[in-house]
Amino acid sequence: MNDIIKGGIGDSPKRTEDHRFLSGNGRYTDDLNRPNQTHAYFKRSDVAHGVIKSIDTKAAAAMDGVIAIFTGADLAADNIGGVPCGWQVHSKDGSPMVEPPHPVLAQGKVRYVGDAIAMVIAETKQQAKDAAEALVIDIETLPAVSTLRAAIAPGASLVHDDAKGNVCYDWHLGDKEAVDAAFKQAFKVATIDLTNNRLIPNPMEPRAAIGEYDISSGEYTLHTTSQNPHVIRLLMGAFVLHVPEHKLRVVAPDVGGGFGAKIFHYIEEAAVTWAASKIHRPVKWTCERGEAFITDAHGRDHVSHAELALAQDGKFLALRVNTYANMGAYLSTFAPSVPTYLSATLLAGVYTTPVIYSEVKAIFTNTVPVDAYRGAGRPETTFLLERLVDIAAHTMGMDRVAIRRRNFIPIDAYPYQTPVALMYDSGNHEATLARCMELADWSGFEARRAKAKARGKLRGIGMSTYLEACGIAPSAVAGALGARAGLYEVANVRVHPTGSITVFTGTHSHGQGHETTFAQLVADQLGVPFESVEVVHGDTAKIPFGMGTYGSRSLSVGGSAMVKAMDKIIAKGKKIAAHLMEASADDIEFKDGKFTVAGTDKSKAFGEIAFSAYVPHNYPIDEVEPGLDETAFYDPKNFTFPGGCHICEVEIDPETGTVHLENFTAVDDIGRVINPMIVHGQVHGGVAQGIGQALLEQAVYDPEGQLLSGSLMDYTMPRADNLPSFVVGTESTMCTHNPLGAKGVGEVGAIGSPPAVINAVVDALRDYGVTHIDMPATAQKIWSIINHAAPRMAAE
Amino acid sequence: MAHIKLTVNGKPAHAHVESRTLLVELLRDHLHLTGTHVGCDTSQCGACVVSVDGKSVKSCTMLAIQAEGVHITTIEGLAAADGTLHPMQEMFREHHGLQCGFCTPGMVMSAIDLVESHPEGLTEQQIRDGLEGNICRCTGYHNIVKAIAAAWPIMHKKQMPQAAE
Ligand code: FES
Ligand code: FES
Repeated sequence: MNDIIKGGIGDSPKRTEDHRFLSGNGRYTDDLNRPNQTHAYFKRSDVAHGVIKSIDTKAAAAMDGVIAIFTGADLAADNIGGVPCGWQVHSKDGSPMVEPPHPVLAQGKVRYVGDAIAMVIAETKQQAKDAAEALVIDIETLPAVSTLRAAIAPGASLVHDDAKGNVCYDWHLGDKEAVDAAFKQAFKVATIDLTNNRLIPNPMEPRAAIGEYDISSGEYTLHTTSQNPHVIRLLMGAFVLHVPEHKLRVVAPDVGGGFGAKIFHYIEEAAVTWAASKIHRPVKWTCERGEAFITDAHGRDHVSHAELALAQDGKFLALRVNTYANMGAYLSTFAPSVPTYLSATLLAGVYTTPVIYSEVKAIFTNTVPVDAYRGAGRPETTFLLERLVDIAAHTMGMDRVAIRRRNFIPIDAYPYQTPVALMYDSGNHEATLARCMELADWSGFEARRAKAKARGKLRGIGMSTYLEACGIAPSAVAGALGARAGLYEVANVRVHPTGSITVFTGTHSHGQGHETTFAQLVADQLGVPFESVEVVHGDTAKIPFGMGTYGSRSLSVGGSAMVKAMDKIIAKGKKIAAHLMEASADDIEFKDGKFTVAGTDKSKAFGEIAFSAYVPHNYPIDEVEPGLDETAFYDPKNFTFPGGCHICEVEIDPETGTVHLENFTAVDDIGRVINPMIVHGQVHGGVAQGIGQALLEQAVYDPEGQLLSGSLMDYTMPRADNLPSFVVGTESTMCTHNPLGAKGVGEVGAIGSPPAVINAVVDALRDYGVTHIDMPATAQKIWSIINHAAPRMAAE
Repeated sequence: MAHIKLTVNGKPAHAHVESRTLLVELLRDHLHLTGTHVGCDTSQCGACVVSVDGKSVKSCTMLAIQAEGVHITTIEGLAAADGTLHPMQEMFREHHGLQCGFCTPGMVMSAIDLVESHPEGLTEQQIRDGLEGNICRCTGYHNIVKAIAAAWPIMHKKQMPQAAE
């Protein structure tokens, strides 16, 4: 795979999907309209906690165009279940997490602003909305807990009666005694208290769903904005609607960004599908942005205390972390796994810390459910660790780079068993660090700082050296940790009679460019032109099965499934070629799209073999079946471990507190790269989200549970003028356990960047005695630091 | 209900609309031009930008009845009849200025107006400032900025003036 062929691995052909997106021919869910369709609008709670006393639908039902109004009672009467949670975590004491039912429409109580109470279906969306306004709903308001701190306060009101103290689970990982003993030996201890700010994913396409029911066949169809249509079919069919797979088709057509928020099975999907079977007409729902803010699962929202024990030479001796994680009002699909198995298992980072202990309490609050958002758990851990390492350097009076190098896992220590369950297969932290420092001109920084100072500006530089776990995940491991599904991937490679190919993948593309990348992979391996490969995804009626796209898994898991399917194609092709060339199959070699009898010039082109497979006139029919169409399931052997170094350089205007990003450099080791152009794009987007978290974004609830940052006017999304151009580089230390050597790139940008930004901001403010600043580092926060702390320089 | 007549992508169009119908609803729901997207409800995201009489407008902030007699170009009207893309579309493709494609129609329409209204050239900072009304969650804007800078010389049929680079 070393020579780059046109359209093959390592080339950057322009994306196949772009023409339709650029010409207005994308087909997103809201662009679809079904014959005779109706429109749904959800009436949602505007209080964070309360008892539903009564719902009077009479006036609304009489309004123009109204077809039906459904409430929780209608669903209960039809035995419709709640949306399930896909991951079960056990507490320290072995007891399972508290797992309250999450009804499709509220049953008796509302638990967050946005909780759906009723579904109004009308001829037009506007009529449905107007009628929803006419519903008379009497709610007795209860006290709400809208933040972690409020929820864990003594005597706090309970979100669910059976979750005492609002605790969902109280979990731990690692060797507490060994950690306690190591702390006794510490020369110094570095400490941090931090909040990982709550974020709202905001993919630009709002969620949408269209439910349909065919009365003659009993088949249901759901079109939805999902990252994983088969997962939705599984969860909704088996747990909510009680419809078997063969009667339920889920289609996720073009999807306008996901970032995790479109992984989860949402109540609206089940509601419109069920309602279609009640009214015998298609039911369409499209989320409005304001509604998305209070219904799409939020991300992050952890509060942590961490301590790092240090030896005199700066070696890390032990790490102790205590985290509270906000679950919101109900458990979203993967929520319990985020602060535990996707987070605490990464506390070794790129360092040789010998013993680690982590405790996590998951807490219910009267807020939107919180779940995976780009990086999911790994940005939280990386932020904590990389901030703590900077503080450790400060505590020890050591250079920030030197303390990292002293504790790096050396390259010859791989494979490396961490004290927190994971076994890293490969990595080269010195290589990414050195390359990133060179690209960012780290050594020239002090001169730039001095120049900035002369201009009256505070300049700072910061880095993070990180490692993350993705390529989710080996099914047996995930199952042992509480996953309720397997996490393999599926590919069907269908070679047509004339040699063109359709590839069906269980992963889903919502911006990642799979239609291009996977076509390159197949073209490269089978030696056919890139243009003759079509990639199909997003429809349970076409694709055998699949677990979808999240956790940077599409190439490392989905691509590996494709490689396995292609291996089968090649093996079968060899038998056919052997027959046609009167040789033994063992003597046939396949290379560059040709089957050759080893050591001769006799060969058959890939297309000839394909034709022969479908027109088997001269064919080894006793040995192989006609056709050339193979399916493979691939279950990964381990997680993959991308890593790298991010460096950020900022300049702060002390007059205003404004942070200006001067440079951002990222060097990520993501293993095999198929399309460098797409890979760089993924890093850009991830870094922008990480910078958004570090400097701009924050979901804010008031004490009553009203979301104050509930619109794009109040929640600061990164815009073009908030960001610099990025310098991006990649290193490729191959993953050792999948056939491609691929590690994944979807999340690295969002994982590596926030601590680099904050480390730079803290560095810029070092003369003010600042050792930590919580995200987002807004101008207001920085201005008050500058104005309330006399600069150390001046005081000295 | 009002009956309005206008020109969309060079062709006459008409529709019966309510007085509260937005221009973007007219385009998407009545004229079935779904290339123009709706990304928000507060006029912040720019996914809905179209050209109205040659100027870029957020079609979610204009009522359909205000569009009587105007000439509108949407993303569907940019490419030539044979499918050849407008230089701005082509440069977005060339420089990977789109990922999920949802912000793209509005982004491209805004970018065309930005380039056309700056015959003197555009700096990177001007491009970034000019995109203030368009949000993209996928690309980090890096490649969008590159695409717009690359489209400028093609659209103006001359090199970007040195000072502006
Ligand atoms: S939909 Fe028009 S600005 Fe967002
Ligand atoms: S390409 Fe997805 S929002 Fe811009």
